[in-house]
Amino acid sequence: MFELIAPIFQRLFEETGWNFIIFYDRYEYDRFVTGISISLQLILWSTLLSLVIGVLGAWVQTARSALLRGIVDGYIQLFRNTPPLIQLLFFYFGLGAFTPQVDMGGYYEPMISAFTWAVLSLGIFGGAFNVEIFRSGIEAVPKATAEAAESLCFSSWQTYAYVTLPLAFRISLPALTNNLVSLAKTTSLAYVISVPEMTYTLNQVWSDNINVPEMMLVLFLFYVVVVSLIAAGLHALEKRLALPGYGR
Amino acid sequence: MPLVSVRDVHKSFGKLEVLRGVSMDVKKGEVVCIIGPSGSGKSTLIRCINGLNDIQRGSILVEGQEVNDPKLDKLALRKKVGIVFQQYNLFPHKTALENVMMAPVKVLKEPKREVEARARALIAKVRLSGKEDVYPGHLSGGQQQRVAIARSLAMRPDVMLFDEVTAALDPETVKEVLLTIKELAAEGMTCILVTHEMGFAREVADHVYFTDRGVIVEHGPPEELFTEARDERTRRFLSQIF
Ligand SMILES: Nc1ncnc2c1ncn2[C@@H]1O[C@H](COP(=O)(O)OP(=O)(O)OP(=O)(O)O)[C@@H](O)[C@H]1O
Ligand SMILES: [Mg+2]
Repeated sequence: MFELIAPIFQRLFEETGWNFIIFYDRYEYDRFVTGISISLQLILWSTLLSLVIGVLGAWVQTARSALLRGIVDGYIQLFRNTPPLIQLLFFYFGLGAFTPQVDMGGYYEPMISAFTWAVLSLGIFGGAFNVEIFRSGIEAVPKATAEAAESLCFSSWQTYAYVTLPLAFRISLPALTNNLVSLAKTTSLAYVISVPEMTYTLNQVWSDNINVPEMMLVLFLFYVVVVSLIAAGLHALEKRLALPGYGR
Repeated sequence: MPLVSVRDVHKSFGKLEVLRGVSMDVKKGEVVCIIGPSGSGKSTLIRCINGLNDIQRGSILVEGQEVNDPKLDKLALRKKVGIVFQQYNLFPHKTALENVMMAPVKVLKEPKREVEARARALIAKVRLSGKEDVYPGHLSGGQQQRVAIARSLAMRPDVMLFDEVTAALDPETVKEVLLTIKELAAEGMTCILVTHEMGFAREVADHVYFTDRGVIVEHGPPEELFTEARDERTRRFLSQIF
């Protein structure tokens, strides 16, 4: 891949001055590829975490215990109503200060890396919205359908897992797509705690090479492509899961 | 010993007393119909037998086991007692076959292959062969209701409860569903039905209960209740229906 594109961008630079160094310099190219990989991993893991939180949180919200429901409510309010940037800083600098350091044979490293903090923080942020999204999906599932499962011996967890959630998930998909796209975009904030994802990486590249406009363009296009892929994937899923004979 | 024995059951929703001392016995293989005006507590009674609603007083025994015993395994009870609702309530994201197979496979953990054979036989029994892979959204109301019956039967219950299972259907499809229930009854399945189909009750029921405002006003064999009801309320209700 690199061998293929390097000469083209090398020539582009020489003839026009447009410096896409990440496409013709091996070192910067590797940096760029690592940035892509970290960004995608960050999106993947924080999305998965936010989904797990969403599913469990929405389930808790159907529970009897007012205390549990209150805790989840508090969590939602807190994380929906504070900026994700502040949450990241709070997790990394606030909580990070209290986590132990581990001996890595001579030097010390925090037990929880910046990347892990970013996944935790972003997953918890996205999860707060997912709980609400799944909860309203669950509320839209006819109670009688869940009751039918109950009368067929399903336990309350089985009813949730096999009936309520699959139906709620379908109802929630459009709203979920919005939130997951938004979460993918928000991962760029991990830049502030030095997670070497795309934004951070390109920032380093343009500081080293003074090619801000070119790298900005790449950064923009990167998110355009990533977000389009996520949205397209989820829309395809929506189509695939559409209930036969219901609505659309 | 009766299969289902309801003794002086009282049930309230908040201040509203819906069942006010209801008793009935259903023997194995018997078909019992419950009739009565809207709001008289028929659905509530049937739901109590399945443990979907709890009761405040009295007792409900299914095969000698107290339904309202907090120690009772509700799941074990529900395995014995199948229920079919007015609105079918099929799982819309599963095909007819999957609807029937789901509980035995997921809950009873029975081998899938065995359950599938049984489920196909049940679908054939309710005369829906060929519809195995169709989703509920593409089935008519009557077809959905028969899938719902097959789905309940797949748990091999000892008694089946039917709550106005034909009330939401058009007259043509009502016949199909009633035929299915009739066959079931003929095979010796114990059935408790809430119904407004008096002709059907007359033909199939061994015993008919007339309820009004939370009490059983009178009961007896259908030929007796339908022709020589003793109570004024029963007579009035029946005259409105026929
Ligand atoms: N979950 C509930 N909460 C409060 N009130 C209820 C509930 N379920 C039923 N009721 C009330 O209990 C009464 C009896 O209801 P039920 O559904 O048992 O009547 P029914 O005989 O089945 O009537 P229908 O023929 O209309 O189905 C009604 O007044 C109803 O409004
Ligand atoms: Mg009713």
